[in-house]
Amino acid sequence: MTRKTIKVDLLARVEGEGALKVVLHDGKVQSAELNIFEPPRFFEAFLRDRHFTETPDIVARICGICPVAYQMSGVHALENLLGVTVGGPLRDLRRLLYCGEWIESHTLHVYMLHAPDFLGYDGGVQMARDHAEAVTRGLQLKKVGNEILQLLGGREIHPINVRVGGFHRAPRKRELAPLAERLKWAREAAIETARWVATFDFPERERDYTFVTLKHPSEYPFNEGRIVSNRGLDIEAADYDAHFEETHVAHSTALHSHFRDGGGSYLTGPLARFSLAFDQLSPLAQEIAREIGLGRECRNPYRSIMVRAVEILYACDEALRVIEDYEEPDRSFVAVEARAGVGYAATEAPRGLLYHRYHIDDAGTITDAQIVPPTSQNQACLEEDLVDFVGSFLDLPDEALRHRCEQTVRNYDPCISCATHFLRLEMDRA
Amino acid sequence: MPHRKPRLGVWKFASCDGCQLSLLDCEDELLAIAGALDIAYFPEATRGDVKGVYDLSLVEGSITTPHDAERIHDVRGRSKTLITIGACATSGGIQALRNFADVRDYMSIVYAHPQYIETLATSTAIADHVKVDFELRGCPINKGQLIDVVSAFLAGRRPNTPAQSVCIECKLKGNVCVMVTGTPCLGPVTHAGCGALCPSYNRGCYGCFGPKETPNAPSLSAWLSGMGMNEKALERIYRTFNANAEPFRKESERHDAQNDQG
Repeated sequence: MTRKTIKVDLLARVEGEGALKVVLHDGKVQSAELNIFEPPRFFEAFLRDRHFTETPDIVARICGICPVAYQMSGVHALENLLGVTVGGPLRDLRRLLYCGEWIESHTLHVYMLHAPDFLGYDGGVQMARDHAEAVTRGLQLKKVGNEILQLLGGREIHPINVRVGGFHRAPRKRELAPLAERLKWAREAAIETARWVATFDFPERERDYTFVTLKHPSEYPFNEGRIVSNRGLDIEAADYDAHFEETHVAHSTALHSHFRDGGGSYLTGPLARFSLAFDQLSPLAQEIAREIGLGRECRNPYRSIMVRAVEILYACDEALRVIEDYEEPDRSFVAVEARAGVGYAATEAPRGLLYHRYHIDDAGTITDAQIVPPTSQNQACLEEDLVDFVGSFLDLPDEALRHRCEQTVRNYDPCISCATHFLRLEMDRA
Repeated sequence: MPHRKPRLGVWKFASCDGCQLSLLDCEDELLAIAGALDIAYFPEATRGDVKGVYDLSLVEGSITTPHDAERIHDVRGRSKTLITIGACATSGGIQALRNFADVRDYMSIVYAHPQYIETLATSTAIADHVKVDFELRGCPINKGQLIDVVSAFLAGRRPNTPAQSVCIECKLKGNVCVMVTGTPCLGPVTHAGCGALCPSYNRGCYGCFGPKETPNAPSLSAWLSGMGMNEKALERIYRTFNANAEPFRKESERHDAQNDQG
């Protein structure tokens, strides 16, 4: 009888702070826990009693890496509540803004956070010594994403231009022109990125995931669509709570999401989007995906870095399409008026599905808010990956095994700052 | 030039990670910074060694837990120069909204098991706990200013981050004042550094860089009130990302109905 515990006290190269504990028993993995010890910041509590128009600025601060995702889920949930549809060029501009965040966030993860795992470095800066060309390309590609955020949002982190109903200021067509030139370069850099990561050495591990993603009939999912799975789920965001629940476990300050009634864990994010919405990728993104050896679906979480590269390419393509088709709108926003009600939305953050629900009163004051970030939704799945995979790596020396565990966590690009919050549970089943 | 590169540590407390991300968002300068400094501890970017002494520590986030209230003393003890970056570290951040409420109410609103959680009743700035050598403002910080701060450290000079108001930046940009067109704006009382971003996008400044050096918030509130803002709105406008910075805190309390002695 041997019992061994692998501990990684502070996970590097994830957003926020977490630790990992894997318990082995007689050569088998007994349990895996991702401990999240980010201090709780109580966003859902202090959103109460704020005016609904403050939402985009406040919820952005949940996460410095994907503030646009929080802004987008927030404004769409409130527009759902207020019965407002934002269409035409404003809708396209929102897709463009999301493209910027996907390019920036995915590129940061691919080059600075995840690639070092595959190539054996402590981080991107150390990797730059031997892979200067790749790291420089990565930084410049990330910069193009940030340039979109700067122009359309005002700044890369916590953009100031998003409002319920649209934007404070819509860009002039001529302002977007220089971005197009940069994006043409970025598209090539994204193709090089995909080819580069495809050369990495991947552990051949697959799991039969339940994928959950937004699905839209004609476009790769950003802001709109039904919530679907590969097991027959097909619902509106308004029905999210009826199908999913969160539990508060002792070892983490992030909640764990599951399907209700013992329906188990599920996976959101790049693998889920790619596998369920492959046909909505741009032709070029599909072609490169095939060229680098991805099928129409991907169930190996270590290959998520390849899928992210394909999504970067898609985001460059989509951003170029938006810029090309852009016609300046007459007004930068649709007028909205407060009315009591409840609204729901889910959008696709780089890391996965991000669900928001708000109640407001007649004065426009928020009376209740619920936010379920992707890292909470993926955490149960991530822990199952560890239990499933780590057993087969046990012949590795301790340090290498620790690295492999960390890499398995980083497959998910977890944003621990986002996931740390508490939801109001309708019922405490734990 | 020193014989060895100065050791840099980047530390995180309660925050969104955005300010330390600003360092990684310096795409053109990052490798140069890595050449000038030994990035010894920066968990968001690299696996590294926490031990030893740091020539420069950049600290993000506020103090919200008993553990962090201890940890900051350890970080200070091992840092020759300690610079706080961002509104969480310089004023307590958005999570300082708990300071105006009962944190137990917050817990009961959102927790299934409050007993799993350790938290303080307040969120406070790093300078409330240890000596801070320089504070860089902003939610998030301006990455140009971050580079200036790091360069200033390397050159042994003071950073160049004027404490004037956002209004000065608007004038320098040639913006038409948004207050003239009836848009409430915190520019007159807010610390410069963003480049007058919000007014340049047709909206009022919402104070994310915190109070300027000598703000006259009561005077601005009178103007805003004249533009039709009610007491609740005035309380809210000062109570965001720098809610616990003293001039904003005091002004928000003047408009907080809970504080009425009637």
